[in-house]
Amino acid sequence: MAGAGFNAPHVDYAGIAPVIALTVGLVVILMSGVFETTRRWAPGLAVITLAAAAGLLIWKWGENLSLVAGALRVDDLAISISLIAIATAFAAILLSIRERAAEEAGYGEYYALLIGSVLGMVLLSEAENLVTFFVAIETLSIPLYILCATNLRREGSLESGLKYLIVGSLGSATLLYGMAFIYGGTGATDFAGIAHGIEVKGMLHDPLILIGIALAAVGLAFKTSIAPFHQWTPDVYQGAPTPITSFMAVATKAAAFAVFIRFFVVALGPEVGDWQMGLAILAAISIVVGNVGALTQNSLKRLLGYSGVAQAGYMLGGLVVASEKGVSSLVFYLAIYLFMNLAAFAVIVARERETPFGDDIRGVRGLGAERPALAAALTISMLALAGLPATAGFIGKLYLIEALVEGNYLWLAIFIVGGTMISLAYYLRVVAAMWMGPETEIGSATASAVGAPAGGPGSTPVISGASPEADPVDPEAGRRWYLVGPAVLAAGITVFFGVIPQPLVDFASHAGASLF
Amino acid sequence: MINALLWVPLAFGVVGFFLPRRAVGWWATAGAMVTLVLGVIMALGFENGAAGLQDTVNTTWISGLGVNYSLGIDGLNLFLVLLTALLWTGGIAFAAFRERDRPQLFFFLMLAAETGTLGSFLSQDLLLFVLFFDLMLVPFYFLFGAWGVDRTGEGGPTASRATLKMMIYTLIGSLLMLVGAIATAIISAHGGHLTFSIEAIQHQGVPVGSQRWIFWFFAAAFLVKMPAFLVHGWMPDTYKAAPLSTLVVFSGVLAKVGAYGFLRIVLPLFPQATAQFQTVILLLALGSILYGSVMAFTQTNLRLIAGYSSVAQLGFITIGIFTLRADGSDGAILQMVNHGLVVGAIFIIIGILVERSGTEDLRSMGGMAMRAPVFAALFLIVTMATLAMPGSANFIGEFYILNGLFEAKIVFAFIAISAVALAAYYALRLYIGTMHNRRPDGILSREISLRDGVVLAPLVLCILGLALYPQLILHRADPSVQQSVAAVTGSEGGGPQNSPSSSEEELAVSK
Repeated sequence: MAGAGFNAPHVDYAGIAPVIALTVGLVVILMSGVFETTRRWAPGLAVITLAAAAGLLIWKWGENLSLVAGALRVDDLAISISLIAIATAFAAILLSIRERAAEEAGYGEYYALLIGSVLGMVLLSEAENLVTFFVAIETLSIPLYILCATNLRREGSLESGLKYLIVGSLGSATLLYGMAFIYGGTGATDFAGIAHGIEVKGMLHDPLILIGIALAAVGLAFKTSIAPFHQWTPDVYQGAPTPITSFMAVATKAAAFAVFIRFFVVALGPEVGDWQMGLAILAAISIVVGNVGALTQNSLKRLLGYSGVAQAGYMLGGLVVASEKGVSSLVFYLAIYLFMNLAAFAVIVARERETPFGDDIRGVRGLGAERPALAAALTISMLALAGLPATAGFIGKLYLIEALVEGNYLWLAIFIVGGTMISLAYYLRVVAAMWMGPETEIGSATASAVGAPAGGPGSTPVISGASPEADPVDPEAGRRWYLVGPAVLAAGITVFFGVIPQPLVDFASHAGASLF
Repeated sequence: MINALLWVPLAFGVVGFFLPRRAVGWWATAGAMVTLVLGVIMALGFENGAAGLQDTVNTTWISGLGVNYSLGIDGLNLFLVLLTALLWTGGIAFAAFRERDRPQLFFFLMLAAETGTLGSFLSQDLLLFVLFFDLMLVPFYFLFGAWGVDRTGEGGPTASRATLKMMIYTLIGSLLMLVGAIATAIISAHGGHLTFSIEAIQHQGVPVGSQRWIFWFFAAAFLVKMPAFLVHGWMPDTYKAAPLSTLVVFSGVLAKVGAYGFLRIVLPLFPQATAQFQTVILLLALGSILYGSVMAFTQTNLRLIAGYSSVAQLGFITIGIFTLRADGSDGAILQMVNHGLVVGAIFIIIGILVERSGTEDLRSMGGMAMRAPVFAALFLIVTMATLAMPGSANFIGEFYILNGLFEAKIVFAFIAISAVALAAYYALRLYIGTMHNRRPDGILSREISLRDGVVLAPLVLCILGLALYPQLILHRADPSVQQSVAAVTGSEGGGPQNSPSSSEEELAVSK
């Protein structure tokens, strides 16, 4: 019998407690959806699940554990990225209150899928083996394919889900193909074994490995929406329900970057000379494509989608240099990216519900006079994404550029700066729409016909081009605590870390230190 | 003390949000005045004749990145700080008399801009400087865009388009400067402890090869900010869009930050590159002078006349710095203060003129002096100072600059001298065109109101005061200027020496 030869791996249950908590929560939430009375509890249960997982993760802060026979590793990088994903999910739950998509998809399923995706992210950030890596990336992706399509009454939402499914599967397949090459070359699936195999078996610069690296990089570039593998991003961002978009924009990116870092630095570390330049070129392309693409967008979600492509390019710079400072700066940027994006998405959700313009830029016109708190939050978010000082965005860019210059990638630092210049044009366009009156948009022909939405929901604005589903569902959305709260809080944190960045720098440098 | 000076304006601005509409203007004026008083107290405690920094604050801000919160006062920035505090008081008071919508936000932004500007003058950490340099621009983006004038009627851009152009122009410069600053720190650290302290970097030294490109990253930021010839493209639209009360400080102070940056950062940190590119910058500055002057006497919009004259004057100041001699740079510092006072006063006067006449076009103005002798007298004093009448402080400043230039590059001096004559032409044209000639219908000639007089008179008094005693600035600036310039002349090895003291310092620096 195999019993003699097969030893079940020792399982440190304390180490995988966060994963267990999320799994249990997922099941409970799914069950709660079955009964009419318990269905309302789903959001609350989801929050409790996330809080438990976060608490268990923080408990392990500072430790460095290898779990389940080397399948998972709990270190500060994994924990910090998991915390970012959990915080994003928490915000997405707040934004989903009274969201039509959440109601139509059945409360239980919507929140269970969300938790399922978080589970995948936590696993992915801990993954240290090709098998867990792939299982985790699918665990995080499949719930998202469904979540994108949960707004059943909107064509765009279904299209978004389908598109994400097809492109995402393509990305996964490419990644898997790459993994196969790497396994073939090294005969190992765990990351340390791969690194060892490359060195010992003389596979350094071997075409087999190089092809594997290229395919894996392409697969991960799909997930992190790095150009030229970003085409799905604007469409999916626009079509998905906005709370889900906000979740995808930050959490998926964070988790995918976590494994990107771990796979490339730990497993493919010996090949660093081969992949550095390739990734640097990808980063540069991403910066240019994202920023130029965002220039002409009128939909705020598309705009943030393209801006996300550009920001992914900036972040990739932190991985390119493959140094402790580089990884730290990447984690720092991901952390602040959470707050910068959250402030923007909370405002977009509020405006989607109270104006007939959906996520069009017209929806925020005159916001400075109408809803000063929301306008201030969106302004800070835009200025931070553009990297202006006194916001965390500036410190994030500073950190990245410092890492790049130290790693002798000055030219990529200049690309970041160049991209930032282009990005001002579209970020400031949003700011101008909020504060500088309706006449600023000379470009849009409908501007005069629509007029300022300052008349409020009481007046009957002309709907031009907007789909009929875009009726305001909640004319008071701009005053709801669960929308204004996250927006103002996220903007406040963005400014706070712009002025007192030290705590977050420490947080990020722990993550960087855990790999080197 | 220095912390209070820096943060008082912002604190007043934040509190202003909670005040009623009518009170907020006065509250903001009070905030600016408190800042001014703090500045004056600090100036009184300034130890004369010392070259080093005084009133320093130095604490670690972001330890992992080597950034310190480090402020200090010396001869280079003392009077620019005072100028900032004074002009902001004037600009805010001038605005406080006038109604506008969302006054809380307006005055908050004005005061935030003051903190940003003071910060960039006071910073002794390279990165802190870059941060404040960018930060001071952000409030102006909102001020110009939201309270500015749309020029769509005359085929021009809207206020928000004009300011977007300004933002992109100036941030292109300053983002490159950010990369330059980081590169400077990393290269000069030679793999050791990373620091952005200007003093420490100067001590460590930057290799000559790196200096050459970093020099241009910094120069780009500073030249755009001034603006200098060839990179002034944002200036006309912005000046036409901006509210006049904000132009008082924008034109009066922000342009000087660029010139100041050369003295504070470029000369000490990149001495070899400075010496190498001296001629290029001098040529650009000459271009600024000639182009600015010619544009100033062909334009008919009052704002643009003042704007282009600023381009010319800043060219002069740049020349003073790039004589790379102590007398030229002394003159440049004096001239920065002079020009700040003059152009601040001019924009207040333009504000009054525009209110009286309802137009900004010089051609449809005239005869304003008829019933306004006091106003005319104040304007005349300002005009005489602008054209550097002998006896004015501007004359002393230009004299020092030209003196330095004669010693350094005599050919340039002959061209630069022509600028003095050109200045007389455009300054007098502005005065005569508005105050004299026949008065067209519909233009009121009224004496300056008491409230505007209260704003304008102190500026004119300062102009007069400096005319009588320019040594006030020259004496205090000279030791620090010697130090900055010595960095360059020392590096050339046997460059022109100005005084025995500077060669001693040069030895100290080279050690």
